[in-house]
Amino acid sequence: MNTAESFAELPVAPKPPLRRFHQARWDEPIIFELSAPGRRGLAVPEAGAPPVELPETVRRAEPPKLPEMSQLHVLRHYLRLSQENLGVDLNIDVGQGTCTMKYSPKVNDRFAAAIAELHPLQHEETVQGVLEIYWRLERMLAEISGMSRVSLQPGSGSAAIYANIAMIRAYHAANGEGHRDQVITTMFSHPSNAACAKTAGYEVITLMPDADGYPDIEALRAAVGPRTAALMITNPEDTGIFNPRIREFVELVHSVGGLACYDQANANGILGITRARDAGFDLCHFNLHKTFSTPHACGGPAAGACGVSAALEPFLPGPVVTFDGATYGMETPPSSIGKVRPFLGVTPNIVRAYAWIMAMGAEGLRQVAETAVLNNNYLMHKILQIPGASAPWDKRRVEQVRYSWQELSEETGVHSEEIGVRAADFGVHYWTSHHPYLVPEPFTLEPTESYSKEDLDEYAAILAHVASEARTDPEFVKGAPYNQSVHKIDTTSLDDPKAWAPTWRAYVRKHLS
Amino acid sequence: MTSDVAAPRNPVPFPDREVVVGLVVNPVAGLGGAAGLKGSDGEQVQREALARGATPRAGERAARAVRALLARRPGTRVVTVPGSMGEHSARDAGAPCVLVRPSPSSSADPGSAGATTARDTRRAVLALADVDLLLFAGGDGTARDVLDAVRELGDQAPPVLGIPAGVKVYSGCFAVSPAAAGFLAAGYASGLRHGPGTAGAGTVEAEVVDLDEDRYRQGLVSPRLYGSLRVPAARAALSGRKSGSSGVVPASVEGIAREVVARMRPGVRYVLGPGATTQAVGRELGLTTTLLGVDVVEADDGGVLVAGDVSEAELFALVTGREAVVVLSVIGGQGFVLGRGNQQVSPRVIDAVIGCGDATGRRLLVLATPQKLAALRGRPLLADSGDEGLDRKLTGHVQVITGYRESTIYQICTASEEFQG
Repeated sequence: MNTAESFAELPVAPKPPLRRFHQARWDEPIIFELSAPGRRGLAVPEAGAPPVELPETVRRAEPPKLPEMSQLHVLRHYLRLSQENLGVDLNIDVGQGTCTMKYSPKVNDRFAAAIAELHPLQHEETVQGVLEIYWRLERMLAEISGMSRVSLQPGSGSAAIYANIAMIRAYHAANGEGHRDQVITTMFSHPSNAACAKTAGYEVITLMPDADGYPDIEALRAAVGPRTAALMITNPEDTGIFNPRIREFVELVHSVGGLACYDQANANGILGITRARDAGFDLCHFNLHKTFSTPHACGGPAAGACGVSAALEPFLPGPVVTFDGATYGMETPPSSIGKVRPFLGVTPNIVRAYAWIMAMGAEGLRQVAETAVLNNNYLMHKILQIPGASAPWDKRRVEQVRYSWQELSEETGVHSEEIGVRAADFGVHYWTSHHPYLVPEPFTLEPTESYSKEDLDEYAAILAHVASEARTDPEFVKGAPYNQSVHKIDTTSLDDPKAWAPTWRAYVRKHLS
Repeated sequence: MTSDVAAPRNPVPFPDREVVVGLVVNPVAGLGGAAGLKGSDGEQVQREALARGATPRAGERAARAVRALLARRPGTRVVTVPGSMGEHSARDAGAPCVLVRPSPSSSADPGSAGATTARDTRRAVLALADVDLLLFAGGDGTARDVLDAVRELGDQAPPVLGIPAGVKVYSGCFAVSPAAAGFLAAGYASGLRHGPGTAGAGTVEAEVVDLDEDRYRQGLVSPRLYGSLRVPAARAALSGRKSGSSGVVPASVEGIAREVVARMRPGVRYVLGPGATTQAVGRELGLTTTLLGVDVVEADDGGVLVAGDVSEAELFALVTGREAVVVLSVIGGQGFVLGRGNQQVSPRVIDAVIGCGDATGRRLLVLATPQKLAALRGRPLLADSGDEGLDRKLTGHVQVITGYRESTIYQICTASEEFQG
């Protein structure tokens, strides 16, 4: 082998073009299976005071079935699990398109830790500092979006969308237009828009893309009417294509009395370049864990922000932070939809986002967008050189691209998902697409501003290598992964509620008893 | 897995023997394509194609599928018929194959391409009735011949899977490529080996459609829905999924049916066109309606079947002077809403329904799963009622119900315009 020869010449062997990655495989049991009766992480001394007698009605009949473990075993368990992950701090995380995976500076965690000792019920006078952070972050996001006010209370992006739909409902009800029961969205907008609208009781009309990949404006014209409550739309959509007629979309919805709501969960391609309010939107939302660099919490708590125009201010979730020029306070708007999260919001993430924006400054934010778009177009250039890869619709892309392996798949029988799994043997991964697949054999890449040219070159080289493997040995690719923590899992049980076990208790009940 | 996935045909796993895959090749399939003849049906066209220098390619494509199958499951037993209708392809792929001679007195070994007929395909399928899965290479015409034979076999018929090798491959019973057919067959075989309930061992119904080639050559497109074949269900699984999105597929047809029933008003007659989606509407009402016929129902008293499998004349009489709504599904892959397999819903029937005063949109309900619309890749829905004036009246955007309280607004145009474009 070449490496053996090189090894003879150099004290440290040079690395091959593709890294020889191997993920840890610990074969780690579920923590409940590691439990041993009586084992403890901490020997608590006998209390000097008599035990508190709880009333019979609130006392447990038997203690909770928590795992009983020593400190070392708890630490080892979670360290092992952490080695079986491909998180943003480990891999070139450009494959999780639409998720906007970027580096979260570690120093911001120190700032977040600094407020960890605050209690949410402390008197306002004693938490002026954190209220100031809320106030200033709100004003910054208002400036970034052009909106009048912003709520930082939602605990996630989808919670922010739900808060927006709740405000839309409250707004129409307050105007005596509660009959508006339809929400319009688009196929390439994030599906949380449709999901939240439906959860809130709305009928959902989803516009399909036209021949150019834009949402069909003629379909919108046919869809709007007296029943229209709102348009909820992403732009650029998941294809990375920016809809240049977005203003017309907004005006069409306004012309029938509906509201327009901009899903800016991922605003990475437009920061400092264009604003939701400038296109006429009435509401928008951000995911602070996408654009503003707080960690993706994989189920939370994350943080979302809802921006609204002046007309919708009275309906904001409460409380919001106020400032009279001297003192920060809290108040709940007069027609508030109520709380969408306890207290003010997920404060550690508010602090992280605030620190990130302050470090960037206005020029830095625009540079984030420009770098992200440049990275995306560089990566697109590299990917489209791989035979069998394509980007449907000949359109300029902003911050991400939904690609297709259709040609490669038809020639080799290897599917996009299988190529993504094989890529994991090289320490990276990608996500395909939401359902249904409008782009055949899809994969969605979104390199944010965090990644270097070398990162993007390595990522593209891995995909090029796997694509060539698919041509020479499709069965090998289909058999992947080989260097991963687990092999393929059978996804059929996902369709079977009888097999679902979201908790250990459910697992024991459904599968072990 | 989709909701209409059936249990494996053979409920007993085969621990003691390999799965048997049958192979039938229509050696003349695809001949007319390169020759610009838009199809290969009929001996005259096939001779013309050969005269224009066309080379048979179905056999080679079948061999590619068998090669893919064997790569995945080396021990698979392939049973086929002699000569170019299977044997050559199987041997080409290196499959140790068992030969079955079609009976009675077929045209023996067709030998050279160009000499086989639809009858030979049917006979070959009948001769291979005992296999666990039948692969056939051809186009929509071949699929029709297979369908005929499968109907003759009734309950004894094996599930089938098409290797795309024809000029027109509109039917849903084909894999996306020869290699994909081989991989799918291998996946299905593995499923059978591991017994019932195993992923991949189920089957689904897939539509068989075909164009009338003579009319197509004159620029007239008139595809018809001929019926459906049972194919391995693994196709859906192969297209991949994002974890967490489960439940999307199974819910959608039932969701559509629930939405239609929720919109039903008493005293209104609902005309249910052919198809599995409209049949689900009948099921939601607690009624047994036909898969391929047109049925008339009412929502009164929890669901009444006014008339089943009606003719055009019967339908016209049932909707004339009554408030009625026509409920139609979309032909997968093509987008036809009117004029394919539902000719009973004639121009005068549509006129009678929408002529009643109300807006067209409320009189015509189009149903399609999001997956079906996605598969159209942006192409419009098509109407070909036989009355161009009426088709033009329907042209524009129509609401398509895609789930419970879910819909889209989709472009519909006349079939002639779409194909001229």
